[in-house]
Amino acid sequence: MATSATIHSHAPQGFIRKYIFSLDHKVIGIQYFFLALTAVFVGMFLSLLMRIHMIWPNAALPLIGEIKPETYLSLLTMHGTIMVFFVLTTAPQGGFGNYFLPIQIGAPDMAFPVLNMLSFWTTFVGFIVILAAFFVTGGAPLHGWTGYPPLSALSSAGPGEQLGADLWITSIAIFCVASLMGALNFITTTLDLRAKGMTLMRMPLTCWSWFITAILGLLAFGVLLSAGILLLMDRNLGTSFYIPLVVVNGQVMGHKGGSPLLWQHLFWFFGHPEVYIAILPGMGVASQVISTFSRKPIFGYRAMVYAMLSIGFFGFMVWGHHMFMSGMSPYSAFAFSILTMCIGVPSAIKTFNWLGTMWGGHVRFDTPMLYAIGFVSLFVSGGLSGPFLAQPVLDIQLHDTYFVVGHFHLIMGVAAIFGIFAATYYWAPKMFGRMMNETWGRIHFFITLAGTYAIFMPMHYLGMAGQTRRYSQFTEVAYQAKLLPLQTFMTYAAIITIAAQFIFVINLFWSIFKGPKASDNPWEATTLEWTTATPPPHDNFGGVTPVVHNGPYEYGVPGAAKDYVMQTDPAVVPSH
Amino acid sequence: MRHSLGEIFFVFQIGGWGMGLALLVLIWLITLVSTYFFVAKTWWLPVGASAATGFIDHQFTITFLIMGVVFLAAQLGLGYIVWRYRQTPKSPPVAYSHGNATMEITWTVLTAILFIGLNVMGSRVWASQRFDPPEAGAVPVEVTGMQFAWYFRYPGADGKYGPTKASLMDPSAGGEAAVGLNTSDAAAKDDVVTGTMYLPVNREIDVSLRAVDVIHSFFVPNLRFKQDAVPGLNIHMHFKPTEVGEYEIACAELCGLGHYKMHGMVHVVSQEDFDKWLAAREAEKQ
Repeated sequence: MATSATIHSHAPQGFIRKYIFSLDHKVIGIQYFFLALTAVFVGMFLSLLMRIHMIWPNAALPLIGEIKPETYLSLLTMHGTIMVFFVLTTAPQGGFGNYFLPIQIGAPDMAFPVLNMLSFWTTFVGFIVILAAFFVTGGAPLHGWTGYPPLSALSSAGPGEQLGADLWITSIAIFCVASLMGALNFITTTLDLRAKGMTLMRMPLTCWSWFITAILGLLAFGVLLSAGILLLMDRNLGTSFYIPLVVVNGQVMGHKGGSPLLWQHLFWFFGHPEVYIAILPGMGVASQVISTFSRKPIFGYRAMVYAMLSIGFFGFMVWGHHMFMSGMSPYSAFAFSILTMCIGVPSAIKTFNWLGTMWGGHVRFDTPMLYAIGFVSLFVSGGLSGPFLAQPVLDIQLHDTYFVVGHFHLIMGVAAIFGIFAATYYWAPKMFGRMMNETWGRIHFFITLAGTYAIFMPMHYLGMAGQTRRYSQFTEVAYQAKLLPLQTFMTYAAIITIAAQFIFVINLFWSIFKGPKASDNPWEATTLEWTTATPPPHDNFGGVTPVVHNGPYEYGVPGAAKDYVMQTDPAVVPSH
Repeated sequence: MRHSLGEIFFVFQIGGWGMGLALLVLIWLITLVSTYFFVAKTWWLPVGASAATGFIDHQFTITFLIMGVVFLAAQLGLGYIVWRYRQTPKSPPVAYSHGNATMEITWTVLTAILFIGLNVMGSRVWASQRFDPPEAGAVPVEVTGMQFAWYFRYPGADGKYGPTKASLMDPSAGGEAAVGLNTSDAAAKDDVVTGTMYLPVNREIDVSLRAVDVIHSFFVPNLRFKQDAVPGLNIHMHFKPTEVGEYEIACAELCGLGHYKMHGMVHVVSQEDFDKWLAAREAEKQ
């Protein structure tokens, strides 16, 4: 490992090697971050168009014109795919993980810098490919981000199911390859490049979360990649992995004997761990930020580590809970249901421990902390609808309704995004050398928290009332038409919340160029990234190799000179 | 504790006291308003009209009560803690602690019992619906989903569905032709295919679910019934309508551009009316 870490110990010269095809994990982290920032604005814009179409189906929008039902379904497909892959998987892991994992464990770079660069540029190509689907004949696919065949496998099944669908699945396959490269790099780096004294149980919880996420990614993305290749073959080479004998528009298709449920099993074998890939780094950041801004050690560090490990472990055994209504064997449904309930237990432990950390602390309300508190609130709200959906008997009523949409948006959408916001406000000073504006940060937080609840909480009411998801209009079913006022309220809430996100972007870019200079340790935090210069030098620690003597969250140690003891300070706390 | 009334209005500039209170107010407000609409049942499960309603609604209510209590405790607790433990110049030293193993074990065990117990309770109902065969004398109906319509087939007096063939399917013609019924077969002679589902009240219905093109999902909220119709599979389910009435079917699995209008009706009628209706359809065929 030593060779790969020292191979580029002096900074490369020239713009292209320094900023475009850089091998520096910090530059790559920032590249991932801005890719995800671009993607989140694309995804958010698509959701805005969806919300407008639901309420004003015939509105002629400037430049876009009227949105047709099939266009609505394309927006929905692309919104889900872009958000899940290019935002929720890219920002927390590729962005912050890349930047801070090596620094937090005291390493000069990732284990495989070239692989790291390749991983980013492969992701970038994947993003370009998926955007291209909008501009080809037939447009973007309409089969939803879950892409269930035969709808996704037959080009005659609907508009957008021609070249657009091929580009969609190709983009996902490219993304899988990139994520596999990234996962290998994260795992090797965590295991091999930790500084002296940085035992596994002294790693910040963020590092644990990136490490476990990488393991999940390694196991999950390979399966999705294979599933995607089979789907491409069904679409283009006449195979029948997923397609039985079907008749579309009176035409008998030339397929026979395939199983549509096979795709669902493969997809959700990836898809459920993917939920944890999105949320685990958020849990890590929330733990880090809550401990820092409560000026108290994290409550139950070991319990937090074991909880994340068991979430990762159980995460691979619950995929069938997406399929209770699919026609899968009812015997397996029972097992999937029990295992899903089991995964609620470590999630509850984490919540208790976050509350336990704040209890009796000195809570400071800097913007990162506001977002971490918001994360806990959203995690609780989104999590508690889980035990409803985990019960097959309740899924009879709730499956594929807005109840599900509300559930997963709160927990893996908004909670994960709050984790990203917390990370951005917390680490932007280190990454860009300047402080973000607190006042605007707070205004952004309050509008976003109230706004996201206003959008996603009513979805639970709609779901209970039987409002099915992925409907472009609600006028065709009488009982659903009655629910339109609630949908209208949600659209207004969405417009306000989306508008507020420009506060964030302006604040970010303004502070990058004009913000007050950040000190090396503005939050009085303890982990290694705060021991080095702001922004960190090319090899992270300026030729010094840090030696770790303390756990990651030694705040408020009785008898200590300051209210925080850094990991590199002499050991003042007996090891525990 | 030093603060002035003005701080409340300048929470965005001033930290400490004002921020803690603003957070407490916002989190409590979100929690209480959300809970109000659940408790007031402003939007709730639709009126149930099948034998499963009692079980499902009961299990839903129990889950709702337990999760509701946890939701209120966690959110109100969160709001209180951030306000109560905000940093002030007079804050006592922090309670330095790395945690408490007894507490960790206690809440782990409690959560496990609560979540898994809830699940085992509900599984009884699920199991009886799936594993028990339909009652003797159940009314057979075949449900076929296709882009973007539902068709319902009754096997007629012989109790046998006639064979269907993919090559005979013609969705634009509707009815028998849409499901590809091979009308030359003897068993097909008395099969009735309709676009509206008629069911006799208080009789168990033995449903066979099929799809010809892509996956659809047969969802009748009032009957507490949902099951995907999957090409290549013939899925058997059973349920019993218990109230006369007209109930809407909404497709619950994305099936293409007309998904939102893949709508149908179930008419639950008396046995007498059902027999009359079926006889009239048989007569039309002759």
